[in-house]
Formats: sequence, structure tokens, C-alpha cells
Amino acid sequence: MNKSARKPKVADFKLLKCPTGIQGVDEITFGGLPRERTTLVCGNAGCGKTLFAMEFLVRGANEFNEPGVYMSFEENAEELTKNFYSLGFELNYLINHKKLIIDYVFIERSEIEEAGEYDLEGLFVRLGHAIDSIGAKRVVLDTIEALFSGLKNENVLRAELRRLFRWLKTKGVTAIITGERGDKSLSRYGLEEYVADCVIILDHRVNEQISTRRFKIIKYRGSRHGSNEYPFLIDKKGLSVLPVTSLGLDYPISSDRVSSGVKGLDEMFEKKGYYRGSAILFSGGSGTGKTSFTSHFADSACRRGEKCLFFAFEESENQIIRDMNNIGINLKKWKNKDLLHISASRPAIFGLEMHLMNAHNMINEFKPNVVVFDPISNLINSGTLIEAQAMLTRLIDYLKAAQITLLMTDMFTIGDRAEQTEMNISSLCDSWIKLQNIERGNEYIRTISILKSRGMNHSNQIREFLITYKGVQINNSSKSPREVL
Amino acid sequence: MTKQKKRWILKLYIAGQTTKSITAFANIKKICEEHLKGKYSIRIIDLLKNPKLAKGDQILAIPTLIKQLPLPLKKIIGDFSNTQKVLVGLDIVAKK
Repeated sequence: MNKSARKPKVADFKLLKCPTGIQGVDEITFGGLPRERTTLVCGNAGCGKTLFAMEFLVRGANEFNEPGVYMSFEENAEELTKNFYSLGFELNYLINHKKLIIDYVFIERSEIEEAGEYDLEGLFVRLGHAIDSIGAKRVVLDTIEALFSGLKNENVLRAELRRLFRWLKTKGVTAIITGERGDKSLSRYGLEEYVADCVIILDHRVNEQISTRRFKIIKYRGSRHGSNEYPFLIDKKGLSVLPVTSLGLDYPISSDRVSSGVKGLDEMFEKKGYYRGSAILFSGGSGTGKTSFTSHFADSACRRGEKCLFFAFEESENQIIRDMNNIGINLKKWKNKDLLHISASRPAIFGLEMHLMNAHNMINEFKPNVVVFDPISNLINSGTLIEAQAMLTRLIDYLKAAQITLLMTDMFTIGDRAEQTEMNISSLCDSWIKLQNIERGNEYIRTISILKSRGMNHSNQIREFLITYKGVQINNSSKSPREVL
Repeated sequence: MTKQKKRWILKLYIAGQTTKSITAFANIKKICEEHLKGKYSIRIIDLLKNPKLAKGDQILAIPTLIKQLPLPLKKIIGDFSNTQKVLVGLDIVAKK
């Protein structure tokens, strides 16, 4: 038997993917958009369609050496270049290096008189010429629906669109077409009828004055895909989607220990401190010393030459530096050495997802060894609890997978919250430390105790501590806890 | 008479010698001979030979006739079987 006439294997029919290079999108789609097919991206005005489409081409050209053609029906090349310059996309550079063509298609209804049968061969010729002239592998049509407002004969348009999408397949390009969201259908002119391979919806909604953008794959023929709604962010580097469910519980675990930065506290943790890559939570009411413990931890990480990313949600950077300087912790020094980065923002400026996503991006960029959230309670209050817990869990999974130690503080006194809340928060952390101010006679006594610490033989005592100008000092354990109270 | 000096400069865009483009040319030729005899010129541009030109004149539909002069610029698309519409597009008769 002739060898070349072998039976085709399943692998021969495997759907090829075209990586977008956009953070998160390739994870959700398990490799990218369907190669040599057309994907419809729809959403309301301002939802990020144009950005998604352009980023697909820019990253294609820069990262995968696949030139692209951008056929714009709304903005001309100059406007697009300007708009994308602020995102760091230098379209002109790509255009000059024959990696990108922007073809602006302009239809002026009042100039056109329709007198008999026509087709859209002119559009085909134009697009075909652009594709051939730079060997384009990627094409964007943004948004082809403009044809419907420019030309009257809808029958011709629909027939020609059908022909266009078939033709794009024969050209071997991976295409994105964008569409405005319609009332009853996904796109205003029902483009989804023609594009059967992959449909993505971008959404922009405002909930209690806080806006969140969401990304959802409605359909992806022949491929598995994440089916959730994923929050996405548009920042100075473009678009990023948080592939929130892609993490599991199968990350490596370290038995390495890191110091808490406070000698007495290390002692309570088997004299060694926290596990590296674990999540630590300090709970306590206001004025119980949470930020002081946090800063000690940040300081000790920097002393070891590690990098610390500090997210402050209540105080400004300068205020933290000043206050901590008063208790003998010089954070400014580490900041100047680039070992410490403090990111201060108010929880209310974005939704919870955006905060976490922002955190995600900064973590990717700064590559810290330890991360601090001070405090998470405000974050938890800025979304529903279920959402907040899910998001935090994902962030914690991500940090654990990267062996980054996370320290969080929480404004609540343990026991003040509903039991359910307490349980949810407890499940987030590996070590849970309780700080309290106890009234005794005419003074407050500061106390610290470990509620839990997974995988450790930790101290069970309630210990007294002082915050001095030399930092936190925990009294040694010779005093019995009863005496303290 | 000033009207006598008016000239129609027309460009006809086609994509290959298809039946549609041949019909279109025959139709427009007939209309022009009837209404603009001696006052017009038509240049035929085949996009299959000169694909670059599609961009400059913003051509999408085929066939497209561009009335460059007299101003304002107009585009008439189709096979020109609807004579009335063509005459409107050429500004020979006013739009109703």
C-alpha cells in the first residue's frame, strides 16, 4: 500500500490558533483566535472594540511577525495613529516598515447615486491589494457595518458580506470584524449570521458609579474556551483580560521561611517566621498596629535584598513613609533603591476587579518577592462578598504559584462580622494573626495572637507588644497570658 | 452661451471585463451620447490592472462612475440601467 495514502489522523484536523498576544486573551481561548477564520467582536460604543482589533494587529506584527491590514470605516489613519500613540503603539513605525496598512474607507451617502445592479468588488480589490502588498496574515474590518448606512441595497450588501467572509478564508488571513451591539441581536446588522467561527462580546457597565469592562466569548466553533465573563482593563499598555479561572491549586509549595520583620513574632512562628509564598492576614480594629507590622515585613524583605510591592488603600505614600519613620522603619531608603514600590489609591476609584487587575499588572511588571495589601477590608466592601472572595482567591493563587508572599491587613475585629464572612476570609489566608487593644485599668494594652497558621506548630499565647520609636517589640513569653490580661 | 462650455469629466471603475461591466459601459455610453453629446469624456479604469487606484477615489462598489466635473463630485454606482437615477447623478436633471 502506498504510504502517502495513509488515513488522516485527528491531529490533521486540529483547529489552528492565531495568538493575539493580548494579555489573558490567549489563555481564555486556549491559544488565540481561530487561524485563517473570521472573528466577530461586538459591543457598545466605547467598549474597546477598536483597541482590541488594533492591538491584535500591532502585537501580531511586533511579536509574531505577522503583518496586518486595518480597514477602518470610521477613523482615518491619522486619527488612529494619534489615538494609539498614547497607548504606546507606534503605528507610523509599523506602517513605514511595511508591517501595517491602514486603509480608511470613507462612504459619503450624499455623494452616491445608486442606479442599477452593483457589487462590492472594489472593496475586495482594495483589501486584496493591501493584503498582497505586505503579505498580511491578519486583517481587521472596523466596523464593516458602516456599509449599511452608506449603501441602500441591503440584499446586495448581505450577499457581498457573505462572499467577503468566504473570500477572507481563501486569502489565508485571520480576521477580526467589529460590530455595534444591537438591541435584539449581537450586532446591529446581524453580522453574527455570517461569522460563525468565533464571537466575542465586549461590555462596559456601570454598577454603583463604578465601571467595569467585561470580555466574554459567546461562541468558538471547534475549540474549548473559558465561558465566564472576564473583567478587562484598558491602561497605558493596552488591553488586558484577567483570565480569572485559569488558575488551579496545583502550584509548587516551598518550605522556605521568611521573617516577619519582628523578632518576637518570628518566635511565635516556630522561631522562623512565615512560609514563603503563603498568604498572611492581620486582623484588628483601627489603631491596633496593622500598618506597623506590615511595614516591618516590607522592611525585612528589602533588607534581604528582595523586592516589595506595597498597595496602600488608606494612606498616601508619603504619609506611610513619614509615619513609619517615626517608629524607626526607613522605607524611603528602600524606595530609593527600587526595592520598594508603594502604590497608593482609594478603593472607590475603580471596582474591585479593576483593583485586582491593576495589582496583577503591577506585580507582573515589578516582579516583587513580597506583596502587601493594606487593608483589604475596603476592597471587600467595594464589591459583593462573593465577588470579592473569588477575586482575592484568584490573586492569592496567582501569587502562590509565583512563590510571592502576600501580607494583607483587615480592619475588622474578629468576632464582629457574620460567621459566614469570617469563614470566607479565613479560607483565604494561611496564617491569621489577631491584633487587639485591650482596656486594662486606665490604659490600653496591645496584644497579638495567632489564630491559625497552616502547617506550623505556632504559639497559642496572647502576647503583649509595644510600638516604640524602634519599632514593634513583642514581650517575651515568660509572662503567662493570664497575667497579661 | 455658458452652458455650452460645461464639460463632463467622467471616470468609470470596473474590475475585469465582466458582463456587468460591459453592460454598464454600454448603458452609460448611450445616456451620455443622448444627453451630453460632444461635452463629455469617459476614462475607464480596470481595478484588476490598477488595484492601487481603488483607494484614492474611495471605490467600494463596482461599477462606479465618478463625475469629477462639473462639481460637486458625485458617484453613481450600478450598471446604469436606471437612466433617471444616472441623470440625477450627472446633475442633468434635478433630484425630485
